Amino acid sequence: MSGQSYAAVMARKNEIMKASLGIDFTDFIQSPIAFDYERMMGETGYSLEEVARIQAEAKVGNTPMYELKNLTAAVRACAAPGKGATILVKDEAANAGGSFKARRASISAFEAQKKGYRGVATATSGNYGAAVASQAAMRGLKCIVLQEVFDSRGVGQPEIIEKSRACEAYGAEVQRLSVGPELFYQLLITLERTGFFNASLYTPFGIRGVETLGVEVAQQVRARYGKDPDAVVITHAGGGNLTGTARGLLAAGCGGARIVACSVDLGGLHMASDHDFNRKSFTTGHTGFGVPFATWPDRVDVPRNAARSLRYMDEYQLVTQGEVFYVTELLAKLEGLERGPAGNTSLTAAVTLSRQMDRDQIVVVQETEYTGAGKHHNRQLSFARENGIEVRVGDPRENVPGRTIVIPERLEQVRGMVQDMDKLRGSYLRNAAKVLPAAQWTAADCAFLAADLKRDPDWVRRTALELE
Amino acid sequence: MSLIAKGTWVEIERVLLKPEERAANLPEDTARTPYVLRLSGFLQEDAELGSEVTVRSLIGHDHAGLLRVVNPSYSHSFGATVPELLTIGTGARA
Repeated sequence: MSGQSYAAVMARKNEIMKASLGIDFTDFIQSPIAFDYERMMGETGYSLEEVARIQAEAKVGNTPMYELKNLTAAVRACAAPGKGATILVKDEAANAGGSFKARRASISAFEAQKKGYRGVATATSGNYGAAVASQAAMRGLKCIVLQEVFDSRGVGQPEIIEKSRACEAYGAEVQRLSVGPELFYQLLITLERTGFFNASLYTPFGIRGVETLGVEVAQQVRARYGKDPDAVVITHAGGGNLTGTARGLLAAGCGGARIVACSVDLGGLHMASDHDFNRKSFTTGHTGFGVPFATWPDRVDVPRNAARSLRYMDEYQLVTQGEVFYVTELLAKLEGLERGPAGNTSLTAAVTLSRQMDRDQIVVVQETEYTGAGKHHNRQLSFARENGIEVRVGDPRENVPGRTIVIPERLEQVRGMVQDMDKLRGSYLRNAAKVLPAAQWTAADCAFLAADLKRDPDWVRRTALELE
Repeated sequence: MSLIAKGTWVEIERVLLKPEERAANLPEDTARTPYVLRLSGFLQEDAELGSEVTVRSLIGHDHAGLLRVVNPSYSHSFGATVPELLTIGTGARA
């Protein structure tokens, strides 16, 4: 261990990562662009059955799936004749730790214990912290969670404060940090000092852990309805939820389901801005993560990210904060399920999808999350008001992130916004060209990029030329 | 000022990076501020508020910093009622 300056610590990134993960990524890397993704995923050493067994022992998985009959009826009441697909929700809040993130944490904690690490550390302001802390608690591992919590006034985001509390409730050390990307710097220092396992969100273990969610969706829908789901909606931030679920669906032979990503639109707000930090009502599942992670997955704390959302994504919808809060309230009032707003992002997109789909079709919302003080839509809205954000009822299209939150008056106003997938893919290629100029891409690079974008190599070549 | 007793559950604060030591390319508002850690633990020696101390965290790791809060607690809540939410899904009118 040597200098603690920002530059000195970041320069040691690769060696710290290698020691804290036990994975040598150079085994899989083929060029500055291409790497053997499937071999990397396969060599975690866990089969789907083993993942399911580890999770069952760790109070994770086999969560209930509910048909939202009243919400579906409400959508049908404002849909065209014959439209209004059945909406199902997978109640992932039932996992230990209160969210689907337990699926990722469970495999990381198992791996850490198997490899003899004394503890695990993770940098996350999301539900993943509580998930890792919960899994570490049951395995007798020490746990450190680093969170971006408060701005320069010392004011904490209520949702993240609740997550600090949850992590301490599970016996973790919580390092609460001010606004800034140096969270990663502090994680590196912490990993180096402690020798703990890096329970990164983006390792193959973490993503393999989510595959069981996709498998369960396929199995539960088939068992009850005798057919496959037509669409599965997945809240999208870093890409692991979508990647793991889609891979699980494919593993279960459910390749026909449309994979729909959904994020909350926070366009115009800067994710590293001290001023903007407490002007967001969502701390994850938003475009501040969803777009950059889709268009360049490798911007993470591991050399190659196992979460590669554009490999699997068919459609990408954005919703407004007000729409999600409205649907969160409806879920409680119509269905008797009070759940956290961030987990209802995909439910909000499902309302739009259901309205467009036929009545005999099925759309699955594949998660919920726990709710409570701080982590509740009423608190997010009251906090927004305290921070000078206008909150009113009206047309959600008048929403301006960081300035105005508009709660819809009626369900038919919940519309979402479909994103241009080829524009996202183009951004990805532009980012790839920053790593290696497109003129130098080999046939193998183009084949990798095509697979990573769910397109063919000709499209990659053609689009790269256009971008130049 | 009275001494806080060793063993008390407290919160410390430590500047990890001064503004000039922070990452490059930060937005201007963030770049102006120091990068700060807050952490709770058991006080390792009798000390006054604001003094440099060591705390032991829930996992037994020691951290240095300025003693900021005695018996820190969580007071986050459900917030002031947002009346606009109350009528959603009930058919009732305000």
